[in-house]
Amino acid sequence: MLNQRLKHGIITKVVGPVIFAENMENIAMYEMVKVGLDKIIGEVIRIEGNNAVIQVYEDTTGVSPGEPVEPTGSLLSVELGPGLLNQIFDGIQRPLTILEKESGFFIKRGRYPEALPRNMKWPFVPIKKEADRVTAGDILGYVKESPLLEKHAIMVPPHIKEGKLSYIIKEGEYTVEEIIAKIDCGQNNIVEVSMITKWPIRKPRPIKRRVSTYLPLITGQRIIDALFPIAKGGTAAIPGGFGTGKTVMQHQLAQWADANVIVYIGCGERGNEMAEVLERFPELKDPRSGLPLINRTILIANVSNMPIAAREASIYTGMTIAEYYRDMGYDVALMADSTSRWAEALREISGRLEEMPGEEGYPAYLASRIAEFYERAGRCEVLGSDERYGSISVIGAVSPPGADFSEPVTQSTLRVVKVFWALDTNLAQRRHFPAINWLTSYSLYKNDLDLWFAKIFPDWPNLTKEIMQVLQEEEELIEIVRLVGPDALSETQKLILEYARKIREDYLMQQAYSPTDSYCDLKKNYHMMSLLSYFYNTAKALVDNGIPVSKINSLPAVQELGRMKFVPNEEFESFYHNLRERLKSDLSSLTKGVKS
Amino acid sequence: MTLKPVIAKEFKTVSAISGPLLFVQKTRNIAYGEYVEIISQDGSVRRGQVLETSFEMAVVQVFEGTGGLSREHTVVRFTGEPLRFPVSTDVIGRMFNGSGKVIDGGPPIIPKEKLDVNGAPINPKSRAYPTDFIQTGISAIDGMNTLSRGQKLPLFSGNGLPHNEIAAQIARQAKVRKTEEKFLLIFAALGITADEARFFRNSFEESGALSRSILFLNLAQDPTIERILTPRLALTTAEYLAFEEDYHVLVIITDMTNYCEALREISAAREEVPGRRGYPGYMYTDLATIYERTGRVVGKNGSITQMPILTMPNDDITHPIPDLTGYITEGQIIVDRALHRRGIYPPIDVLPSLSRLMKEAIGPNKTRDDHKELSDQLYYMYAEGRSLRELVAVVGEEALTERDHMYLKAADRFEREFISQGRYEERSIEQTLDIGWNILSSFPESELKRISLSTIQKYHPAKRHKV
Ligand SMILES: Nc1ncnc2c1ncn2[C@@H]1O[C@H](COP(=O)(O)OP(=O)(O)OP(=O)(O)O)[C@@H](O)[C@H]1O
Ligand SMILES: [Mg+2]
Repeated sequence: MLNQRLKHGIITKVVGPVIFAENMENIAMYEMVKVGLDKIIGEVIRIEGNNAVIQVYEDTTGVSPGEPVEPTGSLLSVELGPGLLNQIFDGIQRPLTILEKESGFFIKRGRYPEALPRNMKWPFVPIKKEADRVTAGDILGYVKESPLLEKHAIMVPPHIKEGKLSYIIKEGEYTVEEIIAKIDCGQNNIVEVSMITKWPIRKPRPIKRRVSTYLPLITGQRIIDALFPIAKGGTAAIPGGFGTGKTVMQHQLAQWADANVIVYIGCGERGNEMAEVLERFPELKDPRSGLPLINRTILIANVSNMPIAAREASIYTGMTIAEYYRDMGYDVALMADSTSRWAEALREISGRLEEMPGEEGYPAYLASRIAEFYERAGRCEVLGSDERYGSISVIGAVSPPGADFSEPVTQSTLRVVKVFWALDTNLAQRRHFPAINWLTSYSLYKNDLDLWFAKIFPDWPNLTKEIMQVLQEEEELIEIVRLVGPDALSETQKLILEYARKIREDYLMQQAYSPTDSYCDLKKNYHMMSLLSYFYNTAKALVDNGIPVSKINSLPAVQELGRMKFVPNEEFESFYHNLRERLKSDLSSLTKGVKS
Repeated sequence: MTLKPVIAKEFKTVSAISGPLLFVQKTRNIAYGEYVEIISQDGSVRRGQVLETSFEMAVVQVFEGTGGLSREHTVVRFTGEPLRFPVSTDVIGRMFNGSGKVIDGGPPIIPKEKLDVNGAPINPKSRAYPTDFIQTGISAIDGMNTLSRGQKLPLFSGNGLPHNEIAAQIARQAKVRKTEEKFLLIFAALGITADEARFFRNSFEESGALSRSILFLNLAQDPTIERILTPRLALTTAEYLAFEEDYHVLVIITDMTNYCEALREISAAREEVPGRRGYPGYMYTDLATIYERTGRVVGKNGSITQMPILTMPNDDITHPIPDLTGYITEGQIIVDRALHRRGIYPPIDVLPSLSRLMKEAIGPNKTRDDHKELSDQLYYMYAEGRSLRELVAVVGEEALTERDHMYLKAADRFEREFISQGRYEERSIEQTLDIGWNILSSFPESELKRISLSTIQKYHPAKRHKV
């Protein structure tokens, strides 16, 4: 135990979310404490002699110097076990549904209901038997946690090197606190295992090793999957000014990404956005299984007017939960919206501590904290004697002041993440969504993932390259038009502009709220690219033969390209063959009039 | 919260006065956030709040300002309680100053409850997502950036632009159709001129809204620090009326820029490390404690809709005040100087404007089934027209194609017929949408790519006349 003595300290000063206390001998860094007469939760963030500085996770109004500070002997931790999915927690894992039942629609402070339901019984199926030798991470059995996660693994705790199973409970229904196994680790050390464990949020859970084989995290968002893909276990940042579509994109990824578990952290953003997820996800179906998406989702909500210290903690709470599912061998995707609000919480607390400010008032350790956070992402071989792999993909929204990407949070983030989806205010104002700027965004996974895509669609890499080239050429041509007017362009150049326009409007733009367009599977994505490319390459031959672009463009089959995104995934293949035939015949009808 | 004995403590140990702050020494056990009364030599009482407290000292912000206070003769009375505001339905139709004193000559308010003015965050689990369409009667809003009940939608404006007229027009006309529900208007003035305040008051009076309004007025000559308090009084009242008394409350707050200036002043007096352009680093969080006090909750009939108004310094939308606001609110309505100069009222630039809750507030049974597609097409048309206008400015009209001319003309018509309307003209959503159709009917159908064929069949003027 961290703390033998449970003598309490005394508050000497209160400044917003930060309190100072004396008489705090033997307190540990990041130890959880109970502050004041209301016993609200705080965490020690600095120790100087017998004095400690504590960040408090709830509103400190009414707390005064002289009140006690009670050490708890444990680090700020989360509860892990069945019952996490489908829930909404605050930044320090207080279950918001239960808080609502206990104290109504305004959040009251000083209440700490347990995160995991204690009375609920879970069906446990053992897969190990008595006398089996086990080691950290070995799976003792499974619990059906939700329809989308039928195998929640109950694992041997990470600190156990080697042991023999001296007891394992038979198949049946148990609560999270019941002892389901005992592990004899020798020297009279018997470790009892229940379905619930605790883990300190600031400490990464151990793994065996990181691996670097690349698999894509399929998102169903055309521009991402095709041009700027993210790998499972990868990291991505979505910076953008207000209203550019960060949250919509995060919601899209939470809905459609092919992960087993989604951890969605609403970090200092709007209450209504969490309400939206809570209302919509139970209705939305997972495209693979047809089951409601909420069954694989865990929400962490610290909205903008909730206490800022809990905002600081929220991303670690979410990350620890993500690691727990990764350790079972699952692919987890974690979204944090917005990491800028987390950084601002850090800045505010640092300011109250009167630390030496760095750039724009952020503490000097901002960059290292950001790096440490993203470092917890990755694909790895997890603990356990069977060979299991799990991953955490992290997608962080960034909200740069004035949409100026040169600010510290954006810059520190870009130094560590591998994918950059730059949202563009101009595109958003033109209602081009997703407003990902195709010229400045990048994915460092693109080349590696192309190998994977090429196994399914051999010309996928070429098609995506062609798109990028055309968009680049468009930029140059637009510049010419700006300088000398559209008359200066040749018909071939006009065709390039037309192709680029079709790529932007008929392919890249994707309606999040359209039932048929919101999720585009890989096959449809590929077929859309093929159709556009087919159009361009066939039309080019015609233009070379003197047929004007305007004429090509008015062909019914060409016009039809504009509606292809709304063709449902299931119907797309036949639509594709059909439209391709029609493009072919329509376009070739033009050649008939041309003398060769 | 544990009940502590409420004991007021008095001190005469002011050691320093700096800007709006008092530093009081030898205070023991003063609670953070506690409400304070400051009694000056002449016996007048000001209000304050504890910003920092330690064994030896408390820092108190004085809402009425520290002008005229002396170190020697000031008595500081710590009440042991948060600042509370008395509420009941009696407040309806009444007028208060910026710190909540009755100023209409009427009787004092008999409170039903006294509520902590800082409120508490709404549990996100308890929120009901806003979906009810509010008809403002203004096409640029209803048609293109629809407002819904429980939304926070600010007006971003500039000095000398008619944001007050727009806000007053909205206050006059806003309604949820087909309902007979209880509606109230709360108006909080922060540092606006007496003329402006009178304009609003007259406008409410004219329309008969005054009897269902509540006014909180902190005017230009009133203490600046009081502006920290005024919106909180307004919102505390709104929360009570919405969630205890089932009213649908529209809260208009103007001008939030003055609020932020007050925040900056306090921060400077505390010698905090300034954030961008001198505003405190916690301004986002602070603004959120105002703007987030909006919405609907499950199981309650009432709602709070918020329409803050702010003037952008130098019309700069990247300035921290509009920027941080935009990061919290659910969209923004941009009042544009160029449109205003061209004589268009309301000069709302729909392109950078946005209502994030629009998608749920429109459609069949709410507005009309063609609304979404029509507004998408109008957006596309207007954006196209505007960028062509820029092109014309560079290369001249000659270079334009037939199609380009069509778009240019339509964009002009859009501004003159759709955006532009009278200050007292209240358009139904059907009228608004039909004006949109009229403009679009100048295009061949093949240009209307954002509208489905079935919608064109149903609503295109050319088709409708034939039926
Ligand atoms: N893919 C999309 N399809 C359709 N509309 C979209 C899409 N992405 C964004 N939008 C529109 O843009 C609006 C703003 O998007 P969003 O709320 O995601 O912005 P944001 O970047 O998160 O802003 P903030 O930083 O203020 O939170 C949405 O309400 C929606 O109207
Ligand atoms: Mg957002």
